[in-house]
Amino acid sequence: MNYQWNWGIFLSPAASGDSTYLGWMLSGLQTTVLLSLSAWAIALALGSLMGVLRTVPNKWLSGIASAYVEIFRNIPLLVQLFIWYFVLPELLPASLGDAFKQKLDPVTQQFVSAMVCLGFFTSARVCEQVRSGINSLPRGQKNAGLALGFTLPQTYRHVLLPMAFRLVVPPLTSEFLNIFKNSAVCSTIGLLELAAQGRQLVDYTAQPYESFIAVTLLYVLINVVVMTLMRHLENKTRVPGYLGGK
Amino acid sequence: MYDFDWSSIPGALPFLWDGMKISLEITVSAVIFGVVWGTLLAMMRLAPVKPLAWFAAGYVNLFRSIPLVMVLLWFFLIVPQLLRSFFNLDPNTDVRLTSAMIGFALFESAYYSEIIRAGIQSVPKGQVAAASALGMTYAQAMRLVVLPQAFRNMVPLLLTQAIVLFQDTSLVYMSALADFFGAAYKVGDRDGRLVELLLFAGAVYFFICFAASQLVRRYQKKLNAHVAH
Repeated sequence: MNYQWNWGIFLSPAASGDSTYLGWMLSGLQTTVLLSLSAWAIALALGSLMGVLRTVPNKWLSGIASAYVEIFRNIPLLVQLFIWYFVLPELLPASLGDAFKQKLDPVTQQFVSAMVCLGFFTSARVCEQVRSGINSLPRGQKNAGLALGFTLPQTYRHVLLPMAFRLVVPPLTSEFLNIFKNSAVCSTIGLLELAAQGRQLVDYTAQPYESFIAVTLLYVLINVVVMTLMRHLENKTRVPGYLGGK
Repeated sequence: MYDFDWSSIPGALPFLWDGMKISLEITVSAVIFGVVWGTLLAMMRLAPVKPLAWFAAGYVNLFRSIPLVMVLLWFFLIVPQLLRSFFNLDPNTDVRLTSAMIGFALFESAYYSEIIRAGIQSVPKGQVAAASALGMTYAQAMRLVVLPQAFRNMVPLLLTQAIVLFQDTSLVYMSALADFFGAAYKVGDRDGRLVELLLFAGAVYFFICFAASQLVRRYQKKLNAHVAH
């Protein structure tokens, strides 16, 4: 094996003319981060809602929420992504579907599909964490809330959720890390995020090792940064007296 | 409204079944290899020899911090060349399936190792002490006392991870290898019936994974009832 290492390749002007290969990679990083953060917002909102629904006494509501979780957990992310991107625009009412396909430029289409897909996919996992957080609280807390004259929604709002959310921060950290890793799947619909840029770099520079090593290290970097930030949050939100608390 | 036409599916079933066999092959080989290599990694990580523990920790943390897609790209773009030059293979030999199997196995073993490590650590310390009091070596204590107990508690988690792995095998689509999903996509693309084929693929994955996870849940209940007595 004689391989010509050339790390300087990142600084040479890219084929697009207006940037360097390093610039390509950074724009991929930016897309990955934007995609993951926006999908995380969806996942957190939907997941919390569904997690609460799974614990309410109403059979219908908890049934709907558990069906939701089963659907999004038992279909591979790649298949879900393709369904959001290729299938859904066809099934929407013609006016809406056409608007999506014709009015939006391709990059926006890819980004929106990827964001919604990752958001829903992750929300099912967030839902399970929120549910187990609520269920781990002593039953007396809910009863005490109701005995004080709170309605059920008020009990959730003022008694159960503030506590449950602090308990689920550590497990949510790992879901948050997963969303960055899962975002790489979105390269399959042509979205130019970090992994896709890595692939493109291989094609354009013919320096596969440098490109892949750099992209892999960037993912490791994302991981380290997220973990450090979340550790701070975990320290802030830790509940005294609980396992892992002080 | 969209006009559904499911007629291209019946004729494609044999091709789709061949794809399913590839998906299952990759899953099974990665589970077996992942559990074996994962167990070794877990034991290294808990071993008193520092360099071994560092190696295992580095391996597991590296694989757990990069996306599976990235690992597969390495194994589809770079490892095949290495394999070819290493074994002096004919450049036309199809090593995609082998590369996919190795990639999945190495990646999943990092996750299996974490499950197994937690399982080993859940065995009370007194068990190891009792084993060494009986004159067993560390390896004997692991093999005869600790691992059998650890594995029994871990089986549900290992199976759940296998279901996740089965879903992840759909990513070999990237290498144009016709696993179940790749086959479904190809048929849909050929017949202009992508909508139907993608929905069909989703439904098949759903039923397999849902049924499997229900079985695991039932097994877990049985295990819990057994432990409680």
